[in-house]
Amino acid sequence: MFKKKLRTFFEVALFTFPAIILLTIFVIVPAVQTLSLSVMNADGEFVGLQNFKEVLFSKNIINLDRFPFKSPPWGAIPDNAIWILIHLPLVVLLGMVLAVLLKDVWGASFIKSVIFLGMITPMVVGGGIIRFIFDEHAGVVNAILRGVGLDQFVRSWTAYPDTALLALILGSVLLWTGFSLILYSSGLSTIPQEYYEAAEVDGANGFQRFVHITVPLLKPVTITVISMTLLWELKIFDLVYSATGGGPGGASTVLALRMYSLAFRALDSNKSAVIAVLITALTLIIGVWLSRANRGSED
Amino acid sequence: MLSTTKKSKKITFQRAAVTVVAWLAGLIWIVPFMGILMASVRPQIELIHGWWNLEEVHLSFDNFINAWNHPTAPMGQGIRNSLLVTIPATILPLIIATLFAYGLMRLKFPGRKILLVMVVLLLSIPQQMVAVPLFRILNDMNLINTLPGLIITHTSWGLIWITIFMRNYLSTLPPEMEEAASLDGANRLQIFFKIVLPLSLPGLASVAALQFTWVWNDFFMALITIYEPNLLTATQRIPLLKGQYSVDWGVLSAASLIVTAIPLLVFVFLQKYYIKGLIGWTTK
Repeated sequence: MFKKKLRTFFEVALFTFPAIILLTIFVIVPAVQTLSLSVMNADGEFVGLQNFKEVLFSKNIINLDRFPFKSPPWGAIPDNAIWILIHLPLVVLLGMVLAVLLKDVWGASFIKSVIFLGMITPMVVGGGIIRFIFDEHAGVVNAILRGVGLDQFVRSWTAYPDTALLALILGSVLLWTGFSLILYSSGLSTIPQEYYEAAEVDGANGFQRFVHITVPLLKPVTITVISMTLLWELKIFDLVYSATGGGPGGASTVLALRMYSLAFRALDSNKSAVIAVLITALTLIIGVWLSRANRGSED
Repeated sequence: MLSTTKKSKKITFQRAAVTVVAWLAGLIWIVPFMGILMASVRPQIELIHGWWNLEEVHLSFDNFINAWNHPTAPMGQGIRNSLLVTIPATILPLIIATLFAYGLMRLKFPGRKILLVMVVLLLSIPQQMVAVPLFRILNDMNLINTLPGLIITHTSWGLIWITIFMRNYLSTLPPEMEEAASLDGANRLQIFFKIVLPLSLPGLASVAALQFTWVWNDFFMALITIYEPNLLTATQRIPLLKGQYSVDWGVLSAASLIVTAIPLLVFVFLQKYYIKGLIGWTTK
């Protein structure tokens, strides 16, 4: 009896202990420590929500003297919010429309592969690509602007506070659309062809079929695309670090970048912990929304 | 008869229009990537006025050689370091997490349900949440600024998603074969290695493709754990290649292609598993 119990214990230990030990030391303990750092001062004394008050009302997070009517820097929260407001609808719309357009078109798999390249490319490289395409002389965007006579917009977009964030956001649409495209493409292939044929018999045109069949039936995919994209936008870091370093003049310092610079440049662990906790809280909200929305769409 | 030809003509016209629109939209992605490709094989002097200028074209691989042997951030060394990190940081979590997932599913022990819920909760922790204490812990263990330190970081981090992924995958496997083997006197470990692992190969391939790509492409974890110039990973070297005011686009493009080539190869060879894994993972 004892021997059998011992054997079961060794079995359980063998299968679960390596993972439990690693997760505890390198994920759970650090996360709990970050949480406690956020409510302590540099001397390790408990200070309640003091750090939160100092950080969340600082100009680095929301600069109400400049946002929204004066030129950036506006602070990290407006930066991430603007990112979401522009990037999210574009990614959803482009992914869905392109998936439909590329359903059976000559060369569709080539175009899809090129769009998907953005997902395979390291985001650090993505940042370099954004700098390159928006460069005043070597960049293709400015060549097009010159070509159509919009010379007042010609400049190295990532080097000016007014345009740096917008360039990064548009570039990130380019890099992330592959994700929504792949998900929507696989979602489309599950919609039975008969639905479209029936609608055609009823006299629905292509646009009506898209709005009344494709969009509602792709709702579960849309929920996934929205939540995954939100999480990505919330934690965006590599791309910004390599394209602008958060600049110029802090004009593109998103939350994750502010967290990094507080932790590893300013060496203020407590304030950086506040931003880490904030990002985690927002992540949790999105996670809860996702699991609720998924349950809702299953009914 | 007349109406059918009319209709088919209309359809052909529509298809042609859709094809043109699709390709025009595709150009938005094709042109930037083509720019990188062109910049990587042309000298800087031809790039300053645009890679699309084709009046004078000198093709060479100089940019690749210069990126590979770059004086401040040689990409060759970066590729070596990245491989040394990424290969173990793909294999180790794959084994440990699959063991864990199997244990959580088949072994009856108290607390296994709570453990699973905890792992699911860990999924929502962003890397920023562990960054500072992780740095201190690695420092205390003398693992900071070493490749094993980064390997163990990626291994632990990968465990979270791979455990959930493999738990979902294993639950689709039929238990009959395991039961038969158990009756034949095989112990858990034998069942795991002889029956469960071979049956899970497609799932493991998906995990390997995604984990490899994510570790290879990682920048944040590398940035906080490694700062010794000789040990920097490939992605860490990209920002070092460009100065504040002038950028050698040719070298940057060549380096970008060198770094991206590895995950691209993984994608090309494991495409089916890569996409299945990505879709399965995000829409479970």
